[in-house]
Amino acid sequence: MSLRTHEEADTGVQAVGAAAREASTGVQASHDEVTSSELLTVHSARALAGRNVVFAGHGLPTLAVSLAQHTVAPDVEIVYESGVTGARPPAMPRSISDSILVPGAASVMPMTHLFNYVLQGQRIDVGFLGAAQVDKYGNLNSTLIGDDWEHPDSRLPGSGGAIEAMAGAAEIFLVMRRHTPRTFVENLDFVTSPGPRKAAEAEVGSMPAGAGVTHVITDLGIMTRSARDEELTLTAVHPGIDPSEVVRQTGWNLLVSPDLETTQPPSAAELSLLREQLDPTRIYLR
Amino acid sequence: MDKTLSLPRAISTYLSDGDTVALEGFGHIVPVAAAHEIIRQGFTDLILARMSCDVIVDQLLGANCLRGLISSFVANSSAGSLHELRRRVEKSDPEPLWFDEYSHGGMVARYQAGASKLPFQPIASYRGSDLAAKNPRITSVPDPYGGPDIYVVPALNPDLTIIHAQRADKHGNVQAWGMLGVQTEAAFAGRRLIVTVEEIVDEDIVRSDPNRTIVPAHVVDAVVAVPRGSHPHSVQGYYDRDDDFSRQWSALARDPEAVQKWLETNVRGTSDHDEFLASLGSDHFETSTIHDAYSTPVNYGGRA
Repeated sequence: MSLRTHEEADTGVQAVGAAAREASTGVQASHDEVTSSELLTVHSARALAGRNVVFAGHGLPTLAVSLAQHTVAPDVEIVYESGVTGARPPAMPRSISDSILVPGAASVMPMTHLFNYVLQGQRIDVGFLGAAQVDKYGNLNSTLIGDDWEHPDSRLPGSGGAIEAMAGAAEIFLVMRRHTPRTFVENLDFVTSPGPRKAAEAEVGSMPAGAGVTHVITDLGIMTRSARDEELTLTAVHPGIDPSEVVRQTGWNLLVSPDLETTQPPSAAELSLLREQLDPTRIYLR
Repeated sequence: MDKTLSLPRAISTYLSDGDTVALEGFGHIVPVAAAHEIIRQGFTDLILARMSCDVIVDQLLGANCLRGLISSFVANSSAGSLHELRRRVEKSDPEPLWFDEYSHGGMVARYQAGASKLPFQPIASYRGSDLAAKNPRITSVPDPYGGPDIYVVPALNPDLTIIHAQRADKHGNVQAWGMLGVQTEAAFAGRRLIVTVEEIVDEDIVRSDPNRTIVPAHVVDAVVAVPRGSHPHSVQGYYDRDDDFSRQWSALARDPEAVQKWLETNVRGTSDHDEFLASLGSDHFETSTIHDAYSTPVNYGGRA
């Protein structure tokens, strides 16, 4: 397998996947074993350095923002889709509409304010999204699997606020728990949330305010892109992951950066914050 | 004017077969008891408007109350799938469902236009989305001020809107706090409006904190006291969410026969919401107690 734009890489299949990753990160962090959730959370948190206002859902993004508040971005705040900002919940919220977010929060906005003034009003630095499928330009599908909107093979939840987050946030971080050719696809079954390149192909409507997806954080590594017409490029792999494995697990011919890095494993400090302070009952750190 | 009614009376007075009915509440203050009463009274051919779906959508579908759905999120909140809904959409089982799909921003804009009695609302998203390509009601108009054509969504004016809230006075001045969702816009957009509340309070309580009123009485047709009317969703300051219930629904609804049995026993087999709650077991709510967190009173004082 050849890696695009990458000089002859070592394509000999090393020990890849979870076993190698856990061995490596586990040793580095001097904790028994780093879970995939911990890995994704730590790298999502690190990517928030320099950002202030984050639109995020519950679960891993919430945890990532909490970790960032304690590490790289002390002033970062989450705006929840339910309208809550500056939440200080005594325990991890079970969803974006968990009423545990409200006592002690800085504000609770009605949805008209959230969607009109905050998202459409371009007040968000980073929106965290997930998706069932992503393509090379960071367009996202969260609507269906199949080829017919009226009769899908599998009906997924739909946009929610994802279309507006993509259109209004300065950039989008995408967290994908499993990096596979079924999730990283050449052609989306449905374009729910178009990035700016896809939007530019359309003839009408307002152009997205931001850059679309700039970071994709997966269980195998990190992909980034910065310009409208730029494809996602593999810029880092997790320890023990061979870039050829990431290419193999991607449904298009994935660009690999000539300056490919290996991610720094979660530190003992990061893991201790996550495990002992932020999510001690492991609601999300399974 | 006293607008208090019983729930059966409010529903039978203000709802008709074939209506478009909005049931709103974003994972909080959701008019669940009202949805169950719609099932008990056997309404059919309704079109349900509900931004973010949950168990009541599956239940109304299972009870064959709906011919259509207007929505922007069709999972069971964060608790899993809605299998009645998926059977209808994926397999037309037992029959096709008319589905008018938007994003949350699109739904908010539709209610805003409806509340404002405007024909449509411009929106900055949708460019390049297949949703705009598939849904003919998401369309574009020229910008008369020289910008590019802009997407618009049509006004949504439900025949009946039903929202839930913490409290109201008997006139229908509705007070809510915590996550407010799209309650106010849906209320003003409705041609008729029923508000279910945890409690009817004295007018003086409402007037002691007028900024807390999200819908004034002149918009309301009926106000109904239904304690725990939002279960399994939370009501800030009253009770917590019942996540087990929502998760168990997603498991149960994989089996269409189990849905029918559940509706027969728990909804049609109960005379009202109190009986429904009792059917869950006398100790069911012991785990959903909450702690108190009062706000500091504000001073509304002005010129004497």
